[in-house]
Amino acid sequence: MKRYFLKRFLSIIITLIGLSVIVFMVSRVAPGDPAKLAAGPDATEEMVQIIQKEFRLDDPLPVQYISYMRGLLRGDFGRSIRTRHQVQEDIRLFLPATFELVFFSIAFAIAFGILFGILSAVYKDTWIDHGARVFSVTGVAVPMFWLGIMLQLLLAAKFHLLPIGGRLDTMILPPTTITRFFLMDSLITGNWVVFKNALSHIFLPAFVLSFPALASITRINRAEMLEVLHKDFILNERAQGISERLIIAKYALKNALIPTLTMIGLRYGWMLGGTILVETVFDWPGIGNYAVGAAVYSDFQPVMAVTIILGLNFMIANLFVDLGYGVLDPRVRYE
Amino acid sequence: MNSINSIWARWRVERKSQIRGFKLIVYTMSRSPLSVIGFSFVLIFFVIALIGPILITYPQDVRGAVHMDQKFKPPSSLHPFGTDEVGRDIYSRVIMGTRISLQIGLLIIFVAMGIGVPVGIIAGYLGGWVNEVLMRITDIFLSVPGLLLALAIVGALGPGIKNAMLALSIVWWPGYVRLVQGKTLSLREESFVEAAKSIGASKFRIIFGHILPNCTSPIIIKASMDMGMAILFAANLGFIGVGAQPPIPEWGAMISTGRNYLMNHWWMATFPGLAILITVLGFNLLGDGLRDVLDPQSRI
Repeated sequence: MKRYFLKRFLSIIITLIGLSVIVFMVSRVAPGDPAKLAAGPDATEEMVQIIQKEFRLDDPLPVQYISYMRGLLRGDFGRSIRTRHQVQEDIRLFLPATFELVFFSIAFAIAFGILFGILSAVYKDTWIDHGARVFSVTGVAVPMFWLGIMLQLLLAAKFHLLPIGGRLDTMILPPTTITRFFLMDSLITGNWVVFKNALSHIFLPAFVLSFPALASITRINRAEMLEVLHKDFILNERAQGISERLIIAKYALKNALIPTLTMIGLRYGWMLGGTILVETVFDWPGIGNYAVGAAVYSDFQPVMAVTIILGLNFMIANLFVDLGYGVLDPRVRYE
Repeated sequence: MNSINSIWARWRVERKSQIRGFKLIVYTMSRSPLSVIGFSFVLIFFVIALIGPILITYPQDVRGAVHMDQKFKPPSSLHPFGTDEVGRDIYSRVIMGTRISLQIGLLIIFVAMGIGVPVGIIAGYLGGWVNEVLMRITDIFLSVPGLLLALAIVGALGPGIKNAMLALSIVWWPGYVRLVQGKTLSLREESFVEAAKSIGASKFRIIFGHILPNCTSPIIIKASMDMGMAILFAANLGFIGVGAQPPIPEWGAMISTGRNYLMNHWWMATFPGLAILITVLGFNLLGDGLRDVLDPQSRI
């Protein structure tokens, strides 16, 4: 087990270094001159050169890379060439909002995806199953950003059921900072007004972000449940008189969850990418929105930082998925 | 004429088993309603992309025509999908958008396959350190959410439809490496490969003559599913403003513009979105159907 962790840890480090090289190369080999863009259209040649010096863009590439990596080891992601902010300061500000949204969405997708999958398998060929199947097929094909816009139009603009965007109403102050997750913080401090407001704000973006994941988890869990429910050991349990509910919820589900877990891991990664879209649509102050804002201006430091941070997050999530196999299936050994 | 007939007859005899196999595929697919729906959507998509210019009523609107007197007209018989902020016919633009989406999808998939398939076969067949190095590089690309990496690449190259396609191709190939490498690993041990080796076939011949043809089913399935996904990703980039730029009638970019006028002019964002949904759904269903027929054991 120890060896396994060590191996995984090393592989994460190697992959991260590889990722940083790729992202760095992409940013530097690019044709557009970031210094020129940052200096603005009316800038003179000297002004561009000053910016180049300031951000050390005239150093040879390997030197630039090494100094970038040195910074990374200290948690220094460099400065945005456009806003001149320290990128890590910005990230610290925006990251909690993204994680609050992503955690809420993945929890939603897992809970309801598994539930719909079970219901669809147990009530096979009834209207529940048909509904779940139509949903699971269309869910992955819906453009997330478009779904968001349509729901904004319908639920926010037309019927005023939910707020159109943002993390809180402008008139409401954020809760006392503990975890930086508004939902958690307001819950801990018992601030119900903020909690309700935050919940109403997160609902739509989280629903949209979880939509494709929900669809594919439903789909795979249905297929797996159907297969497991026809296995001999289930027949044996039925013969022993174990209640159907217990068989489904415990014995069948546990076996069906292994492929479902693979899908959850895969979809988590998609979700991290999807934050770019959902945060843009719902004006959610997270790092996806931040990355888009920077990418449009070829302001590369923030984009690199977000790519590396979300990449790392995805790698850690994959590690958890692999550990999850062991929990679900005692035959799995970590070596 | 006679010789053509005889060639045709000979071809039919020579390819009898393949023709039978193909007929079986067609038959099995036609028994599944979802596959039929998927196939029809894809067919309609291709037909519209092909004959688009005949179907549209306002060809000048596809590029940057401006008719301010016609702006923000709701759907009517003149403009079935309404008009946009400068009076362009949205129907004409959505129809011509199929062509752009088709180009985007095909290009991304071909480039991704062109890189991914050879790399995957070479890694899987040669094994050893070659495999290790190639798969490590692949893993790095797969370690970061695709859309994010594509955003990073377009961010560096600058916004635009060509750069978006390039970025998505760079993001897409690792999926094929994984697929083909896994398949090659299992094929490498098959007896027909051993037989080929024993009669002295070259590595090149074994790889491209024996292993590659046996990888085609999973590649075709993945390509069909990826076509939809690639179109969706290109629309995603168009929407956040780093993909196709207006006035190019790309669906994602159209929705992005339509979003600014959403509250009073719902049609601007709605119809391009439906077009994406139907197209992606079509390719997904077709891919599902193909998988059920060609590769019944696999599930994901």
